[in-house]
Amino acid sequence: MTLAQMAAALVRGDITSTELTTDYLDRIQRFNPKLNAFVTVIADEALAAAANADKKIKAGEGGRLTGVPLAHKDIFCTAGVRTTCGSRMLDNFVSPYDATIVERLNAAGMVLLGKTNMDEFAMGSSNETSYYGPVRNPWDLERVPGGSSGGSAAAVAARLAPAATGTDTGGSIRQPAALSGITGLKPTYGRVSRYGMIAFASSLDQAGTLTATAEDAALLLNQMAAFDPKDSTSVDEAVPDYVAGLDKPVKGMKIGVPREFFDEGLDAGVEKAVREALEVYRDMGAEIVDVSLPNLGLSVPTYYVVAPAECSSNLSRFDGVRFGYRCDDPKDLTDLYTRSRGEGFGAEVKRRIMTGAYVLSAGYYDAYYLKAQKTRQLIAADFKRAFEQVDVLMGPTTPTPAFGIGEKSDDPITMYLNDIYTIGANLAGLPALSAPMGFVNDLPVGLHIIGNYFDEAGILAAAHQYQLQTDWHTRSPKGFA
Amino acid sequence: MPLTPEDVKGIAFLARLGIDAADIPGYADNLSRIIAFVDQLNAADTSDVAPMAHPLDRVQRLRPDEVTEVDQRSVYQQNATGVEAGLYTVPRVIE
Repeated sequence: MTLAQMAAALVRGDITSTELTTDYLDRIQRFNPKLNAFVTVIADEALAAAANADKKIKAGEGGRLTGVPLAHKDIFCTAGVRTTCGSRMLDNFVSPYDATIVERLNAAGMVLLGKTNMDEFAMGSSNETSYYGPVRNPWDLERVPGGSSGGSAAAVAARLAPAATGTDTGGSIRQPAALSGITGLKPTYGRVSRYGMIAFASSLDQAGTLTATAEDAALLLNQMAAFDPKDSTSVDEAVPDYVAGLDKPVKGMKIGVPREFFDEGLDAGVEKAVREALEVYRDMGAEIVDVSLPNLGLSVPTYYVVAPAECSSNLSRFDGVRFGYRCDDPKDLTDLYTRSRGEGFGAEVKRRIMTGAYVLSAGYYDAYYLKAQKTRQLIAADFKRAFEQVDVLMGPTTPTPAFGIGEKSDDPITMYLNDIYTIGANLAGLPALSAPMGFVNDLPVGLHIIGNYFDEAGILAAAHQYQLQTDWHTRSPKGFA
Repeated sequence: MPLTPEDVKGIAFLARLGIDAADIPGYADNLSRIIAFVDQLNAADTSDVAPMAHPLDRVQRLRPDEVTEVDQRSVYQQNATGVEAGLYTVPRVIE
């Protein structure tokens, strides 16, 4: 059952939120030991919230999402429920307040089931850097679900939650959505509030959704997108009704296909699936246009200067003094800082903090950080030029289907290159999504749809119309019935 | 230029990150490879390009300079390991 169907069934009284919530909690209890998708499950609170939602629905006071369960990535602060960010550093952290999107989805009457596992501080593409251990891909338990929103992706794919939130700094929603066979949406930079979302790289981070369908993503985005005075990067732009926009026909739509997306490194099976998806669009009356993003090759190296630089600055707040992990018996203040951070952060986080400290250090700032902000401008300009010609861009979300656990964890560069197609949208600040488009070796792969600034409605409609013609998004992994 | 173990120690100190001595060669290798990888940016001609300041080309929003928060010190301090008389405690800095 999709989120949209569930919401309709609740309003009709065909099912209660208590029944739904009980069912999901049972599924979590049965299947989470296999997947490790949840870090924290709040059964009692969820059932209480469900009972409350049922009362509201009965009294005719329910909204479109009242009583529908969901999970939050453990990067969003939840008052009274611990928020770990996948790190030992925050293993004991209970936020005193709710993130704005947590507050907004609570206010809509949604029922929080728990918090999902993730790469530590969202730094990873495989969910292997979590302090709480790797998440497993429900399609093949020996493979990664993608990351960093890997717990959210696996939970939705295995139907342990009908929907989950995520964050995307370089592909952390779209890449796990692709590798787990679900729909993942990263809105425009600034579209959704980041207040209460633990910061990684502030010029790139954006919150979004992991759902079965584009329609479900539209339902959630309707509730999540809003101007938030508490977030200085939140944009004060009108929010359209994304659900109403789903009916927009594909006929006449101009789809740009960047030729660089098909360069060396793309798996032949993934390429075939993209070509087939484009045929579906052609049959619906879309025009397929060859376009070029000549600076795409610069996107991964640009990202690995900008993101670590911002991370080294953002993560300086974890000092062992005010919150988070503190080492035992510090001998002086420097020892308190260095040991708390050394013991509290994992290897990948340390690697990125040190990369960031290096590229920002005196004598290197111009050569690295300033240079990267210039190449970033070139990458963004490529996209702007492409959007003068076309309505959306399409290609593969990832170069390959899900890889094995441990397969790429020894070489950071190989791991980083996994995000080659997704990083550009973050550097430019554009909205983008991944939708299921088939299977390669029985593993799901995703179609990447990038939109122009604030055109979430356009890419959601494009994905929805595709999902009306195909059934990839309805497939579920075996062993989770 | 590859980073030496001494470079890594220096960077780790700047970032106030405790690194086990045994892990330093591994970080030196990783960081050298990452820096060599990002060095390919040097090949891009950016002579007439202004550095990006904001993805949407906007400026930071300002707000009136008014007090908007209430005092919640005791709530916030529940997350601290060392608190005394409403203050955060750390090892003695001045003898």
